[in-house]
Amino acid sequence: MDKRPYDNKAWLLVLPVFLIVAISAIIPLMTVVNYSVQDVLGPFQRVFVGTEWFEQVLNDDRLHGAFLRQLIFSGCVLLIQIPLGIAVALTMPVKGWQSSLCLVLVALPLLIPWNVVGTIWQLYARPDIGLAGVAVNSLGIPYNYTSSAFDAWLTVLIMDVWHWTPLVILLCYAGLRSIPEAFYQAAKIDGASAWAVFRYIQLPKMRRVLTIAILLRFMDSFMIYTEPFVLTGGGPGNATTFLSQFLAQIAVGQFDLGPAAAFSLIYFLVILLLSWIFYTYITHTDREDAR
Amino acid sequence: MARIELRGLAHSYSTHPKGDADYALKRMDHVWHDGGAYALLGPSGCGKTTLLNIISGLVIPSEGQVLFDGLDVTRLPPQQRNIAQVFQFPVIYDTMSVFDNLAFPLRNRRVAETEVRARVEEVADMLELTGELGRRARGLTADAKQKISLGRGLVRSDVAAILFDEPLTVIDPQLKWLLRRKLKQIHERFQLSLIYVTHDQNEALTFAQQVVVMSEGSVMQLGTPQELFERPAHTFVGYFIGSPGMNFLPCRYEGGAAMVDNQRIPLAKSVLDHAPHRGVPLEIGIRPEHLRIGANPVNGALPAEIAMVEDLGNFKIVTARLGRHMLKAKLPEDDAVPGDHGWLTFPPDRTRLYADGRLVA
Amino acid sequence: MTLVLDRISRVVGGETHLHELSLTLEPGSLNVLFGPTLAGKTSLMRLMAGLDRPSGGRVLWDGKDVTGVSVRRRQVAMVYQQFVNYPSFTVYDNIASPLKLAGLPKAEIDRKVREAAGIMHIDGLLKRLPAELSGGQQQRTAIGRALVKEAGLLLLDEPLVNLDYKLREELRSEMREIFKRHRSIVVYATTEPLEALMLGGTITVLHEGRVLQSGPTVQVYHNPSSLRVGQVFSDPPLNQVDGVVDGSGVLLADGIRVPAAGHLADLAHGRYRFGIRANHLSVFRAHDDDIPVPGTVELAEISGSETFIHVHGPGIAWVVQQDGVHTLRIGEPVTAYVNARRLFAFGADGGLVAAPPRPRLGMAAE
Repeated sequence: MDKRPYDNKAWLLVLPVFLIVAISAIIPLMTVVNYSVQDVLGPFQRVFVGTEWFEQVLNDDRLHGAFLRQLIFSGCVLLIQIPLGIAVALTMPVKGWQSSLCLVLVALPLLIPWNVVGTIWQLYARPDIGLAGVAVNSLGIPYNYTSSAFDAWLTVLIMDVWHWTPLVILLCYAGLRSIPEAFYQAAKIDGASAWAVFRYIQLPKMRRVLTIAILLRFMDSFMIYTEPFVLTGGGPGNATTFLSQFLAQIAVGQFDLGPAAAFSLIYFLVILLLSWIFYTYITHTDREDAR
Repeated sequence: MARIELRGLAHSYSTHPKGDADYALKRMDHVWHDGGAYALLGPSGCGKTTLLNIISGLVIPSEGQVLFDGLDVTRLPPQQRNIAQVFQFPVIYDTMSVFDNLAFPLRNRRVAETEVRARVEEVADMLELTGELGRRARGLTADAKQKISLGRGLVRSDVAAILFDEPLTVIDPQLKWLLRRKLKQIHERFQLSLIYVTHDQNEALTFAQQVVVMSEGSVMQLGTPQELFERPAHTFVGYFIGSPGMNFLPCRYEGGAAMVDNQRIPLAKSVLDHAPHRGVPLEIGIRPEHLRIGANPVNGALPAEIAMVEDLGNFKIVTARLGRHMLKAKLPEDDAVPGDHGWLTFPPDRTRLYADGRLVA
Repeated sequence: MTLVLDRISRVVGGETHLHELSLTLEPGSLNVLFGPTLAGKTSLMRLMAGLDRPSGGRVLWDGKDVTGVSVRRRQVAMVYQQFVNYPSFTVYDNIASPLKLAGLPKAEIDRKVREAAGIMHIDGLLKRLPAELSGGQQQRTAIGRALVKEAGLLLLDEPLVNLDYKLREELRSEMREIFKRHRSIVVYATTEPLEALMLGGTITVLHEGRVLQSGPTVQVYHNPSSLRVGQVFSDPPLNQVDGVVDGSGVLLADGIRVPAAGHLADLAHGRYRFGIRANHLSVFRAHDDDIPVPGTVELAEISGSETFIHVHGPGIAWVVQQDGVHTLRIGEPVTAYVNARRLFAFGADGGLVAAPPRPRLGMAAE
């Protein structure tokens, strides 16, 4: 028999992944870093400007506005979608064809492309011909998302809730299904109320999936672009201009590559930081569990 | 504490059961005494867990009634039956401390906090959990968690019965008997009604005063460990209880003795008095512990070949061939075993006769 | 084929799972790995299989060093606690899978599968899927698949632990017969003393990653090399008591006088720890030279044919295994009878100093 050491060849198998990550992530990222510290005046004409773009971007009032809007929006998304997702998951049927049907119905919005979601709501909420828009107005409530900042906000928020709560529902549903029947039986015998069952069994057992749901929803909503772009184009005024759209405005609209690159990096770092905080939180609680 | 009565009880998981095969539990009538320690024993799928869940109220039987102290509780939910249950895998409330876990059933019933504290401390003392009261329940070992599950039953002063569903499955062998002793002590001290489900005959026999042996949805025998061992009511019980199980030999009945392939095996008078039915298959049964093997042809002994001897330390298992049949005998470690041939003796007072699988007298 | 483990050890993340140990497994032998959970049984099996690489030492197969060779290039079959089968394969295809991988002709595969299924008593279930089988049948399928492979090394890691008590008993005696006919090295891990004794063969008693003792199973049972072996390889565990040997015999616990006769006669004066098996104690006087030990009943468990009486007294906490059914209440006074001929003596280091003599057995049939 040969005496080759344990599968050192296996490292070769990792090589393709390295290459793909390098081409798809690292090289573009380095390009952005490159742009963020230079002023591009024309082809082959570049000047090193240091942290100037960063200072400019960080002192930009429009960015502050967009950042604040973004935080409020993401906060609202979490505050609505997480409790709503839990509530719906709790009321879903557990077995039989009803549960399969519910799962399919709930998952439907997740299957629709982002821009189509925007288009659907753009039509649906139109005050002149849209079903929802007309209905609300006929109730005597003035509603027009193209002119009222509040209405636009509300529409984007409702649209996001409609689109993404199903993800939270599915995650919570899976978490709930993994609780052994004995826990419910023991709680019944202990005389626990429905609230106590939720508080002491369902919620603790869902903690892990909820952490994932919060992380995903936070990151996604923090990067939201397509739907408000299609629906309101960021308006009226800047009312629904979130960070991504603001970035696109600088980069594509004004062709300010330097500030756009600097802003991209800041944006990237913020998301990375927040994800890292979540990640350490999850692994920390896991380790606590193991003890 | 309560007397538990099962009246015409049967259960099927299908809504329109057609035959016997559709029943997880076949019709039964039983009265279980107040303060008794009962074990439901049987192989997987024999219906023992279904029966336990009917008693606890987690399953509503399709037929018949369950009575606690004469009161019909068939349709009452578990929380109104005053029972407690310990499950196969420890059920604890992760986020609570040990104290809060134990206090949970009382607080749900709005017991005053001073009494809660007193009861919890008493139970914790009994279960040797006092030192852990302030700890989070999540990080404890499996046996401590099972003690908490048990403790949640014990804290309630109104508990009619405590039910156990294979509670020692996840416990290390060395700790099993410690927990079993705890249970026994608690039973002796409080005279609680205990019902214990298991597939392990050792656990059932050592735990219970009365063992209910089940097979395929029916109760085969209800008796003390001694009765099950000495007078199994059914060949299944003979096979299932004891290790190795009872020996069975098909036989004919002739002139006050059992005939096994023309070899005569005398039977006790009490058996002879109940003339066996004609036309039913007969078998004699004898425990390996009771079958004797000698080197010399004593009166009435049957010649047999010694097929195998297993030395198991404390005892030996000898396999002997009698005609076409194989028999096992269990011998004390210091007993001598004959070489290739030996003589088998069936003590009449230990030899049972079975007609169609059921004990004759 | 002979398998030799030469001073192998295993350290994972700074924690030593196996201390330097050596073992030789002869061809066609049945080897029981015995020890409580976390004793290192599974770690050792994984090293034998080549699933893990030892931190030190060598694994020799027929004298050849195979230490670094991966499991796929070794001739190994393994059966686990969990019933591991391919869920989408029928029983037939499950058993046939190692043969198909080996590229055997169809007719030969068919013959071998049917033979293995016959041995495991699952020949009537060949068309079923694992999900349609009981736990016992699933494990029979897994064992059948391991047998058919005819690997030089067959590893079974507590294969019966997840089965019903009675099923375990049946399968255990069947397996012993199968192993007898098997030419490969069989290694069987278990935590139960009775299971080890039923399988027979040779035993290796492990504790905390060290080999405590190895040898023929029954011999190890009757001559535990240390107190610890006596404790773990005995059910109920070996009863213990402190004692002093002096000029006038043996003094056990708080004043129980026992004559220092027979195997105890040669003991040097000094302190010892004595051991006695539960079935050698009695609550009745059986022999004239039995010594009474007073105590109280801590617990009495009836198993049908026997009663286990836990007796506590000054300096003793013993379990008496008594034939027959005896009803004793907790707290009741009771006398346990001990006989000097049954005492094991262990030295200060826990090593065996004197073991009870085995009666010469054998009675000739004329």
